[in-house]
Amino acid sequence: MAHKDNGYLSAKESRRISRENKKVTDKLEKQYRRKNVPEDEFLTKLDNPDNALEVRDLHTYFFTDMGVVKSVDGISFDVPIGKTVGIVGESGCGKSVTSLSIMQLLQRPQGQIVSGEIRLNTGDKVYDIAKINAQTVQKLRGRYMSMIFQEPMTSLNPVFRIGDQVDEVLQLHFPGVPLDQIKARTIELLNMAGIANAEGVYRMFPHELSGGMRQRVMIAIALACSPRLIIADEPTTALDVTIQAQILDLLRNLKDKINSSIMLITHDLGVIAEMADYVVVMYSGRIVEQGTAEEIFAHPAHPYTIGLMASKPVVGKKIDKLYSIPGKVPNPVNMPDYCYFRDRCEMKLDRCNGEYPCEINISPTHKVSCYRFYDKKEGE
Amino acid sequence: MADEIKNAAEEEETTVATETAVADPVAEESVQEAPAAAAETPAQGEVVMSEEERKAAEKAEKQRQKEELKRLKEEARAKALYVDKSYDPVEYDPQYILMVNNLKKYFPIKDGVFARTVGYVRAVDGVTFNLKRGTTMGLVGESGCGKTTTGRVILRLSGEKTAGQVLFNGEEVYDKTPAEMRALRTKMQIVFQDPFSSLSPRLPVGEIIGEAVREHKLVPKEEYNDYIDDIMDKCGLQPFHKYRYPHEFSGGQRQRICIARALALNPEFVVCDEPVSALDVSIQAQIINLLKELQEHFKLTYLFISHDLSVVEHISDSVGVMYLGNLVEYGTTEEIFSNPLHPYTKALFSAIPVPDPTVKMNRIILEGSIPSPANPPEGCKFHTRCPYATEECKHVAPCQREIEPGHYVVCHLYNK
Ligand SMILES: Nc1ncnc2c1ncn2[C@@H]1O[C@H](COP(=O)(O)OP(=O)(O)O)[C@@H](O)[C@H]1O
Ligand SMILES: Nc1ncnc2c1ncn2[C@@H]1O[C@H](COP(=O)(O)OP(=O)(O)O)[C@@H](O)[C@H]1O
Ligand code: SF4
Ligand SMILES: [Mg+2]
Ligand SMILES: [Mg+2]
Repeated sequence: MAHKDNGYLSAKESRRISRENKKVTDKLEKQYRRKNVPEDEFLTKLDNPDNALEVRDLHTYFFTDMGVVKSVDGISFDVPIGKTVGIVGESGCGKSVTSLSIMQLLQRPQGQIVSGEIRLNTGDKVYDIAKINAQTVQKLRGRYMSMIFQEPMTSLNPVFRIGDQVDEVLQLHFPGVPLDQIKARTIELLNMAGIANAEGVYRMFPHELSGGMRQRVMIAIALACSPRLIIADEPTTALDVTIQAQILDLLRNLKDKINSSIMLITHDLGVIAEMADYVVVMYSGRIVEQGTAEEIFAHPAHPYTIGLMASKPVVGKKIDKLYSIPGKVPNPVNMPDYCYFRDRCEMKLDRCNGEYPCEINISPTHKVSCYRFYDKKEGE
Repeated sequence: MADEIKNAAEEEETTVATETAVADPVAEESVQEAPAAAAETPAQGEVVMSEEERKAAEKAEKQRQKEELKRLKEEARAKALYVDKSYDPVEYDPQYILMVNNLKKYFPIKDGVFARTVGYVRAVDGVTFNLKRGTTMGLVGESGCGKTTTGRVILRLSGEKTAGQVLFNGEEVYDKTPAEMRALRTKMQIVFQDPFSSLSPRLPVGEIIGEAVREHKLVPKEEYNDYIDDIMDKCGLQPFHKYRYPHEFSGGQRQRICIARALALNPEFVVCDEPVSALDVSIQAQIINLLKELQEHFKLTYLFISHDLSVVEHISDSVGVMYLGNLVEYGTTEEIFSNPLHPYTKALFSAIPVPDPTVKMNRIILEGSIPSPANPPEGCKFHTRCPYATEECKHVAPCQREIEPGHYVVCHLYNK
């Protein structure tokens, strides 16, 4: 695609792009809308049965009139059972698109998973969400995986009472259970989410609750069916620190209670350090570094991770001047063919002009995509 | 910009004037009294009064009642302004550019079609601190605790204050005439949190930054262009950016434009209201560094409002902690962070996540949520969530005490 540097497209070119887009998205939409497909088609195998989720070389693109936005461009990571994986990165790096891909909640038809695998472990079966159809994923969503959003009001319906909304989720996944049992379970869930006056809240409308209380309701809904995987996309970003502390505490305790896994998305390194067992660092739609929380915080390897940590002041550590990463993120429509971080990197080497660096293992769990570690790989 | 602020201020002032309708308790009392008085009069004059005389007397009585009601309404109106003089005025101390003494700002709550005042939001409810020239004071607290209102009331951007003093260079800001106020506006500026909505989309950046400079004739005409270029350069903007429009800039650059606009007026004091909260971490670092450089260069004094404690610790010389309209603790940054005293400050600090997985925080989790500032708890406002609350705390409001030199706390635990 020919792009002028100024980023403006002629009307003719824009029309051509949208025609091309339509061809691709129509085909993918048809796949997704198929009905009554035997389930076997979506079943797959895990690399490691101890994982709740395995993502392999996932590519999620948005086919816009400005061109194809490669929001997620080849990422692979695991979420082990019972563990919390934190995903960090600055806004626009593709964190939300990753989670929406896993839930199959992308804005269709322009948002599409174009390739890769998303393997969800439901206990006895493993589904490939990337290839699944709408009918099947509906049965998994809420039951085996659920999501908590930053702004609970976007996912709570303002005109229905809290209790009815929780009841609905339970009824969907446990059809035939009598209503009084469902209702009792709802009250129990609200209680579990730390809502003191659960019976009162059952009859309230979302707008009658504070932000922190709404997020508790969202957590109650997300945990209603004891899912295997909980995706929390910036669950506390809109909340105050003392309320954030309550919510994080709650998430941690409930996760252990039902033995599920959490994929926690945030831009706050402090929250990650506190909650996560494993950390994934994203930059411009790719994973630049991943490892255990100890590895990432004690020995950050990628220049972007190092820069990110140096740009945030830390309470109790006095410094004169904060480090600031120079430059800005590359244009997502027109990505470079070398390391995406090279133009901002202050540690770059001559060889960084080559193609995008591949993932290097610097320990069994610690992986980094950076030319500075190419020698280390050979040494090991 | 200055104009915008002035207009906003005027607008709010007019609303203040209209909103002082009736303070209801008093008005209602008068209505209750009236029938009793009316019943008395005929009883007295029963024997002698002719029909006409009685009518005249009734009329006079009605007139009297009407006037009485009017007087009471007026009294109520005066009370509705809620001017509270119950504070000791402070003496000016030249080392302080800003002295804030028992500052209060209540917003009336309106109800029904007649917009009667049914109560007050006590957004700022007694804030006292002094700010040394050339330093930065951080103001922290959770959302709704009154940080923004404090900043705006100091700059006289929220109509009249409810009570207290704001001395800027020793002069009461609220005693200024409109003309004096306009001149003062160049000395006191504000940078807002949201760099997206605080810039006019229809003006090119050069005009946004320079508009008020020309209006106040701060520099001679022939130097104007160089002056603007210089300010933009200091704020990290390129000269050609002058001809672009705000929507063409990223969040960080827009915040630079806001800062340049404020600094173009050559202020002494700048209120920074969450200037980095909407920005990404790496952009935050750039803006924080810029604010620090500019402070050194222009000898600025900042009131830095933020809910991010690590940023506040980094940039501030002193820190104030607010809870529900009160400044519960304030002192030097070292003191506050190494030796927090107020139970709320302790809980707030313990809630900050530390970016180090090996550190296990000894977290104090506060129960419940923040009460409404329209109906704050009696006594110490924090007592409903305080782990140390005593019977005294529930009924008696604590006052500000200096525990160490320069370290002030408002809490009964330290009232010895
Ligand atoms: N509906 C959409 N249409 C077009 N582009 C989108 C859409 N949603 C997200 N994107 C693009 O995808 C990229 C990643 O976005 P996102 O995952 O939301 O970032 P974040 O890491 O902040 O959550 C961004 O460049 C964004 O512009
Ligand atoms: N113009 C106003 N009219 C009525 N209430 C207001 C107004 N401005 C602020 N408030 C109220 O005052 C309280 C403090 O608000 P604010 O100063 O914005 O808090 P913060 O900046 O600390 O989040 C809030 O409860 C808010 O709803
Ligand atoms: S590959 Fe090179 S340019 Fe990219 S982050 Fe590593 S050192 Fe920097
Ligand atoms: Mg997001
Ligand atoms: Mg505010």
